[in-house]
Amino acid sequence: MARAPRNGAPAWQLTMLAVQLDKKLGEFAVKASFASESGATVLFGPSGAGKTSIINMIAGLLSPDHGRIELDGEVLFDDKARINIPTARRHIGYVFQEGRLFPHLSVKRNLDYGRWMSGEAFDPTVFRHVVELLDIGHLLDRRPGKLSGGERQRVAVGRALLMRPRLLLMDEPLASLDAARKRDILPYLERLRDEARVPLIYVSHNAPEVRRIATRVVLLEAGTVVATGGLELLDAAQDDVLA
Amino acid sequence: MFELSPQDWTAVQLSLKVAAVSTAIALPFGIAIAMVLARKDFWGKSLLDGLVLLPLVLPPVVTGYLLLITFGRRAPVGAFLADHFGIVFSFRWTGAALACGVMAFPLMVRAIRLSIEAIDTRLEDAAATLGANPVWNFATVTLPLALPGIIAGAILAFTRALGEFGATITFVSNIPGETQTISAAIYTLTQVPNGDADALKLVIVAIIISLGALMMAEWLARRATARLHGN
Repeated sequence: MARAPRNGAPAWQLTMLAVQLDKKLGEFAVKASFASESGATVLFGPSGAGKTSIINMIAGLLSPDHGRIELDGEVLFDDKARINIPTARRHIGYVFQEGRLFPHLSVKRNLDYGRWMSGEAFDPTVFRHVVELLDIGHLLDRRPGKLSGGERQRVAVGRALLMRPRLLLMDEPLASLDAARKRDILPYLERLRDEARVPLIYVSHNAPEVRRIATRVVLLEAGTVVATGGLELLDAAQDDVLA
Repeated sequence: MFELSPQDWTAVQLSLKVAAVSTAIALPFGIAIAMVLARKDFWGKSLLDGLVLLPLVLPPVVTGYLLLITFGRRAPVGAFLADHFGIVFSFRWTGAALACGVMAFPLMVRAIRLSIEAIDTRLEDAAATLGANPVWNFATVTLPLALPGIIAGAILAFTRALGEFGATITFVSNIPGETQTISAAIYTLTQVPNGDADALKLVIVAIIISLGALMMAEWLARRATARLHGN
């Protein structure tokens, strides 16, 4: 199984995601092509622009009709070459909008799930580091049902991080939270971007949030990429996209 | 005062054995079929669905007769199993277990299928992104989340097997100590003069066992549900 190097050579510098795909979803069609490197690439656009469909295709939860998805030189999907690596073997972390923690497992076992599935030995140092980064040490013995929305999302981020992904997808991880909670969690996400060295694909339609997270912006409208670039895209886009 | 005759006591023990064995053996098949019916779409699915439910709607005598001409000592499947694996059903308690298992199967599958259909498949997607292949995904997410339904299905099947009469007596007859379960023993007692008092004792035993099983099902299901929602 091909995996990005974990230690030694910094994996984040090598990571390169190249996406070129199209997919018909009923009446709606997604047609996107973009590339991203280290840092946080934000897929920005109004609801219904196809952002979630695109990251689902990167994760392998949805198959494009045509196209090619490549990560670190490994082809994850290519319809012409008939390649479609199953989700479980892509090693791409995913933080869902609603957390999707396993209700029957404690927070600790939720966090440890990716390591458990990989069969690798438990690494207390890595575990403690992530738990401290997200400040969730006091929640470890609880069940997800007993967590607040903000706590749940922090655990979901930790769970995705602890599988040691070569790429981390986040689908509006703050959308279900109120403004105060958002302010609480954003610093954790910034720390994650700067310290965890995992490249990030971040889906959002919230411009202030994007401003804090993004190092690169992919602007989407009605399933199509309309522009890629830096944060300056937000200024132009904000008025017409979110009007 | 409340004493069972040795023969009645044998019938009670046999019933418990037959019901337990038939439930235990049917359970993996029940889970597999429920999973297929809940999650897969394929040609002939409604036929499979109908076949699984058939013992519920057929007269039990018909099911027993079908078992007899399939699994009897000289019947095609029965002869094959006897010659190659030494498994004999006809006029043995194993045959009673087979009949009970078949009769209880629809109830079991239905309960398990409903609980699988109630699972949020997005949790399985999440497990896949975390590296769980389909087998592990099933074992660590689907199965534990379906547990309340699996418990309910198993206990329903157990109580159904305890009460089975028609298919069993048609398939393997009514032999004391071998195929005579509580139901068959009660039936026999009602056919002999002065058997009513003994029949009543067995009826009371049957009520106690069934009620106990139902209460245990309720308790286990509530505990499993509580575990799922964090306690």
